[in-house]
Amino acid sequence: MSQDNSQFDGVSADGTVAMDANLPPDPSRRLWVATTCAVGGVAGLATAVPFVGSFAPSDKAKAAGAPVQVDISNIPEGQMRTVEWRGKPVWVLHRTDQQVEELKDNDAFLADPHSERPGFTPEYAKNEFRSRDPKYLVAVGICTHLGCSPTPHLAAGPGPGLPANWEGGFFCPCHGSSFDLAGRVYKNVPAPDNLEVPPYEFSADGTSVVIGVDENNRA
Amino acid sequence: MAGEKTVETTGLLGWIDRRFPLSKLFKEHMSEYYAPKNFNFWYFFGSLALLVLVIQIVTGIFLVMNYKPDGELAFNSVEFIMREVPWGWLIRYMHSTGASMFFVVVYLHMLRGLFYGSYRKPRELVWIFGMSIFLVLMGEAFMGYLLPWGQMSYWGAQVIVNLFSAIPFIGPELALWIRGDYVVSDATLNRFFAFHVIALPLVLIGLVVAHIIALHEVGSNNPDGVEIKDGPKDSKGRPVDGIPFHPYYSVHDMVGVAGFLIVFAAIVFFAPEMGGYFIEFNNFIPADPLKTPPHIAPVWYFTPFYSMLRAITTDFTWVLAAASVLGAVALFLRGNLRGVWRIIVPVILLVLAVLLRTIDAKFWGVVAMGGSVVILFFLPWLDHSPVRSIRYRPTWHKYLYGVFIVTFVILGYLGTQPPNPVFNLMSQIGTLIYLGFFLLMPVWSRLGTFKPVPERITFKAH
Repeated sequence: MSQDNSQFDGVSADGTVAMDANLPPDPSRRLWVATTCAVGGVAGLATAVPFVGSFAPSDKAKAAGAPVQVDISNIPEGQMRTVEWRGKPVWVLHRTDQQVEELKDNDAFLADPHSERPGFTPEYAKNEFRSRDPKYLVAVGICTHLGCSPTPHLAAGPGPGLPANWEGGFFCPCHGSSFDLAGRVYKNVPAPDNLEVPPYEFSADGTSVVIGVDENNRA
Repeated sequence: MAGEKTVETTGLLGWIDRRFPLSKLFKEHMSEYYAPKNFNFWYFFGSLALLVLVIQIVTGIFLVMNYKPDGELAFNSVEFIMREVPWGWLIRYMHSTGASMFFVVVYLHMLRGLFYGSYRKPRELVWIFGMSIFLVLMGEAFMGYLLPWGQMSYWGAQVIVNLFSAIPFIGPELALWIRGDYVVSDATLNRFFAFHVIALPLVLIGLVVAHIIALHEVGSNNPDGVEIKDGPKDSKGRPVDGIPFHPYYSVHDMVGVAGFLIVFAAIVFFAPEMGGYFIEFNNFIPADPLKTPPHIAPVWYFTPFYSMLRAITTDFTWVLAAASVLGAVALFLRGNLRGVWRIIVPVILLVLAVLLRTIDAKFWGVVAMGGSVVILFFLPWLDHSPVRSIRYRPTWHKYLYGVFIVTFVILGYLGTQPPNPVFNLMSQIGTLIYLGFFLLMPVWSRLGTFKPVPERITFKAH
């Protein structure tokens, strides 16, 4: 590579090169070494895209989010039914008039009684009952803490593992979060948010609810 | 012949040595690796960890031959291994017992390092490689626990993956990306299987090699915490307080192996579930995405960290915020930080105090859990004690270690129990003790009257 060296000062008469010790051994190639590394690095990072991307949910998993229709005409008062939507349990609870009345007394004990925190509650459910119709609660039965499914303890009164002044609601066995009969989270429990209310609407005749669709979400 | 190098060995070994440094490697790492001669009981656990790694890899290979990583088939294929595959029950129980025993020996191995200051300069990288092994091991154990696809597998994975959803802004998308579905599903099972059987074991083996190379570069520490390299040497420059690892410690470790295998076999044959601590009873029920078991808890080796996750409630963030403010004031007034750091560190702590009260407690629970593991990486720089070994520390340091160990065990117990107000308060106190032990270590580790450290190791021949 003697022709490269000749462009620098310091070539003596006998042809030996006195290189500046502060310079890298091949100054003229530094730019290209750096450029090759940079371009190669970009190519290497780009290779990660398909691998990282392969972790995202498949189209099949996304398609499994189809709406679910639930017949509510045969759920007795005070009872609930669990259905599967997008692999998650969704509860449909038929509240009694007394249960609906009692919801109004809970506000002082709740972290977010009016569902003001973003997400989790569609506009039409931002009320004390967190529902379109006060009689029916529709909520995703997944704790907003770490994803366990809380256990329904619908009746008020003490029970094993329950807080002393239990008003009726849902209690998560994993970390002790509790929710009232409108899926609203109590204060000072691990879960930060009220239970998620999925998009849903009543059928025209009012005998069933369709989970997964509403005015903003069409299947 | 030209091109061959000259070696001392002859015959087949000579032929190999001229092409591959077999004798050289054996000498460097076994017959001419000089370890201090005063090793005690605590020094069994390194080689035992290696033994368990071999057990896990061998039994794991045979389990994969019959296991089916499929949401529909996984649970039944494990039962098939247990009931139909000849000796399948033994291979599976060896693997499940090996998982728990891995953590038993690794925790004791780490405790040894804590006692004798084995992480101190120049062994920081030995410790960091070791901590990385611990971290990978936790991932390996967690992903392996999903594979039987029982109720505890399923809901344990659901909870742990959801930990990531607590991270502000990107959390929910990140959790979705990890699961590959909206809930833990077949996609999750398959990718965990891939990580459990190939990706993480490869990383683990690489880290174990790095751990041992780093150790053999700096030499082993010992119960006295003094360097044998600084002691007297014989005519060939070998430390007289060291003995060759082989045959002395290779044979010595066989005693440990025998003792370990007695315990291991007793568990495999008589109590493979270990009263629900090694294999939880709920895991004999197939995974049901619609129903969480009434009580779920991780396996025992995760429970101390899990307790700290549960301890962080909204009220408790007040305590943590107050501690941060206190720390900021103390560092500003009394700390020996230099220049701008004297302002920057207290300001960071004050910002932390504000964030503790503005971001959800759920996020801080995850931070406490992750932080309680990550903080261990920094041990070499947290410990400012003038002596390495606990033997020459002030007596009250020993009590402090005692309190720390008891706290860790209690946190472990609380993590297996259903939540209740008394236990929550206990785990909050435990979390403060655990974090305080490490975060205040730069202060307390240099206090007290230290005992004189001997010039050479103390050793009494039997």
